[in-house]
Amino acid sequence: MKNTSKIVAGLFSVAMLFTSCNNSDSSTKSNGALSSSAAEKVYVAPGEHDEFYAFISGGFSGQLAVYGLPSGRLFKVIPVFSVDAEKAYGFNEETKPMLNTSHGFIPWDDAHHPDISQTAGELDGRYVYINGNNTPRIAKIDLTTFETTEIIEIPNSAGNHSSSYVTENTEYVVAGTRFGVPVPQRDISIKEYKGNFKGALSFIKVDQEDGGMEIDFQILMPGFDYDKAHPGRGDSHGWFFFTTYNTEEAHTLLEVNASQNDKDFIAAVNWQKIAEYVKNGGGKKMPANYAHNVYDEHTHSATSTMKKEVLVVDPTEVPGAFYFLPTPKSPHGCDVDPSGEYIVGSGKLSADVTVHSFSKMIKAIEDKKFAGEAYGIPILDFEAIHAGSVKQAGLGPLHTEFDGKGYGYTTFFISSEVVKWKLGTWEVIDRKPTYYSVGHLMIPGGNSRKPFGKYALAMNKITKDRYLPTGPEVTQSAQLYDITGEKMELLLDFPTIGEPHYAAGIPADMIKGKSKKLYKLEDNKHPYAALSDADTKVVRDGNTVHIYMTMIRSHFSPDNIEGVKVGDKVYFHVTNLEQDYDVPHGVSIIGANTSELLIMPGQTETFAWEPKQVGVWPFYCTDFCSALHQEMQGYVRVSPKSSNIELSWSLGEDDEDEDEE
Amino acid sequence: MKRSRIIMIIGALLPLGLFIFPLWNITLEAPQYPIPLGMNIYINDFADANPHDIKNINIMNHYVGMKYIPDAIPEFKIFPAGILISSFIGLIIGFKLNFKWFLGWFILMITLSLAGMYDFYLWEHDYGHNLDPKAIMKFTNADGTVMGFQPPLFGTRDILNFKAHSYPRFGALFLALGMGLSFLSYFIGKKESRQRVAT
Repeated sequence: MKNTSKIVAGLFSVAMLFTSCNNSDSSTKSNGALSSSAAEKVYVAPGEHDEFYAFISGGFSGQLAVYGLPSGRLFKVIPVFSVDAEKAYGFNEETKPMLNTSHGFIPWDDAHHPDISQTAGELDGRYVYINGNNTPRIAKIDLTTFETTEIIEIPNSAGNHSSSYVTENTEYVVAGTRFGVPVPQRDISIKEYKGNFKGALSFIKVDQEDGGMEIDFQILMPGFDYDKAHPGRGDSHGWFFFTTYNTEEAHTLLEVNASQNDKDFIAAVNWQKIAEYVKNGGGKKMPANYAHNVYDEHTHSATSTMKKEVLVVDPTEVPGAFYFLPTPKSPHGCDVDPSGEYIVGSGKLSADVTVHSFSKMIKAIEDKKFAGEAYGIPILDFEAIHAGSVKQAGLGPLHTEFDGKGYGYTTFFISSEVVKWKLGTWEVIDRKPTYYSVGHLMIPGGNSRKPFGKYALAMNKITKDRYLPTGPEVTQSAQLYDITGEKMELLLDFPTIGEPHYAAGIPADMIKGKSKKLYKLEDNKHPYAALSDADTKVVRDGNTVHIYMTMIRSHFSPDNIEGVKVGDKVYFHVTNLEQDYDVPHGVSIIGANTSELLIMPGQTETFAWEPKQVGVWPFYCTDFCSALHQEMQGYVRVSPKSSNIELSWSLGEDDEDEDEE
Repeated sequence: MKRSRIIMIIGALLPLGLFIFPLWNITLEAPQYPIPLGMNIYINDFADANPHDIKNINIMNHYVGMKYIPDAIPEFKIFPAGILISSFIGLIIGFKLNFKWFLGWFILMITLSLAGMYDFYLWEHDYGHNLDPKAIMKFTNADGTVMGFQPPLFGTRDILNFKAHSYPRFGALFLALGMGLSFLSYFIGKKESRQRVAT
């Protein structure tokens, strides 16, 4: 009898176990032990640092946000393609050239795919590259200053979307065009799209010393839409893979007309071969017009240079360098596993994830297993290159990253989930919902040879009811999953800036020690810098007035300026003389038709002011810098245009002194 | 050469370490300074413990009317000369004169060190009390007198939001060791001379 009751009790508790398991699986709102451990996993105590940096693209905000993982805390929004009044990016005289293009100054773009520089296929944490989608550009962000230090415009391109991915040793940053356009641009009927429009794939050579960019060559591919891209790794190093859609070459109602072909392509491009071809004089120089903007850390200023020529390559002239891999249903994500063997194409109108084998691809090329050709580029036989498919994994696969332990993690937009599957067997291991409609996901290093497979970050397009409502426009979000176990575990979701298209993550220890604390005054080579109070002055040149001003806790020098007249153009060149960590000062003046300046220690920045009214106008420090911050202010006297008051400037002069003058 | 002389000579040479290592250090801690501000005092220089520390100490201190830490003070000429001369004298004593002079050198060095400390105290006192009458912030003690901001001569003291530490550094250790050895050499020399008398 006793034994029976023990057995019954035992069964009962087993049943309880199952029930509770089911509960925690089916309901994410469980308040059980699981959710409390999720809180612990993302809790970073005050004063402690996160384990990873996440650089999350701002999409239509044009910027790049820096978050910590696992906490999801936002540290900085790095202005890249959009003006930022807070940081004076695109407003001060120094950074205006950064946003120059062949179309003139552009205050905005759509920032998509950040990628961290690599050495030997592993993250090296020197730079982040990111693409501007609308007016095609690639930007470089320096990870010692966390500032945008270079932007290069991409000619002959439109919808710069299959960008900005780096090769294994950051030899190249690659930028592919999403929208076919006439090359060169000309006045032709849109109906003449087919065969006349081109898709340029640009290979931007990276200077190994300073990360600087220069377009080495552009491949003028057929006018398909090149959607996403990924470099080969290991054995496939030297190749680049681009997904395509609209192989139909439709130019109107693409949602229907570009979805007719059962299979589109992944374009396999042997860039090493083409680089060699170009080096030996191959390709053709064509006239172009594109901006190359470089920010110098010592002059604290950017310069914009217009480039007038670009080298283009006709793919039919480099046999053996281009192949099309048929891939079902308008593939979006194009991802290569850490070994370099598997090329994953996510047919976004499909339920399957298609995986090609690099070694089979090479063999198919050797065996000439072609299924035809398109514009002179051989199409490989699907069966000959197909490694396998993750079957019925979900709806609308978009993008895959890897954990380095033999698993792929693919996002499914339509069925709104992340699916974990096994490389080689293609079986689905786990699936977890996202809230809602996930785009990309990111595992730190998850697109490199060495992923840090601890977390996956899913980036969602839609949040609806997930947060407190804020009117019709609500935030986008990122969701953090623990991927250390067999099953993924949702730990956290947090709002993001703009629309996060993609992110790049890196262990914090790899870069945080290199983060600059300040700019050294002795390295300041700004032409209008005043490196001490003795250098301050006000100089008139016709209607232009240059004020060489300094700022240090807690005053400006000079802080009284007279002799400015209505109609003058007054440049405030302001140098922050501080040499202490985290002591920026800001400045602006009434009626300035531009943003404040926010000047880091040791830096010089300039804003222009065109006084329109007679009077005495105060300026002040806009960053609470010190106990005497409120006293950090000054005046500019503006006299009528006809006035003959001479320029004068001072700091700390008593009234008596002035009487003596 | 006798053991006592060797020790005396080493003792006379050790203070030269002051030309390499700082004599003293003053460190200021506050919550906003996770890496504290610090100044190393050499016999011929005030130096930043971390880049720009002195500049930042000056910026802090100007709020309460303290003067800027000077680039140079007369002591920076006197101290090195004093050390060179006394080491030279110590060497002459070590090579030529008898052990009683060893004690003499020790006493000389004690006197010089005390004088140096007193001079340092005077400078500190002036630095902490001779405040600009137009100081931005004026603080008074509980008894109504003007608050001074003198760092401690030796030890740790709270000054407003800062905790100030003032302690000897490696150079001072060299000096003390040198003096200690001269003192030791006196006793060894004494013992050696007795042994000689005995034999």
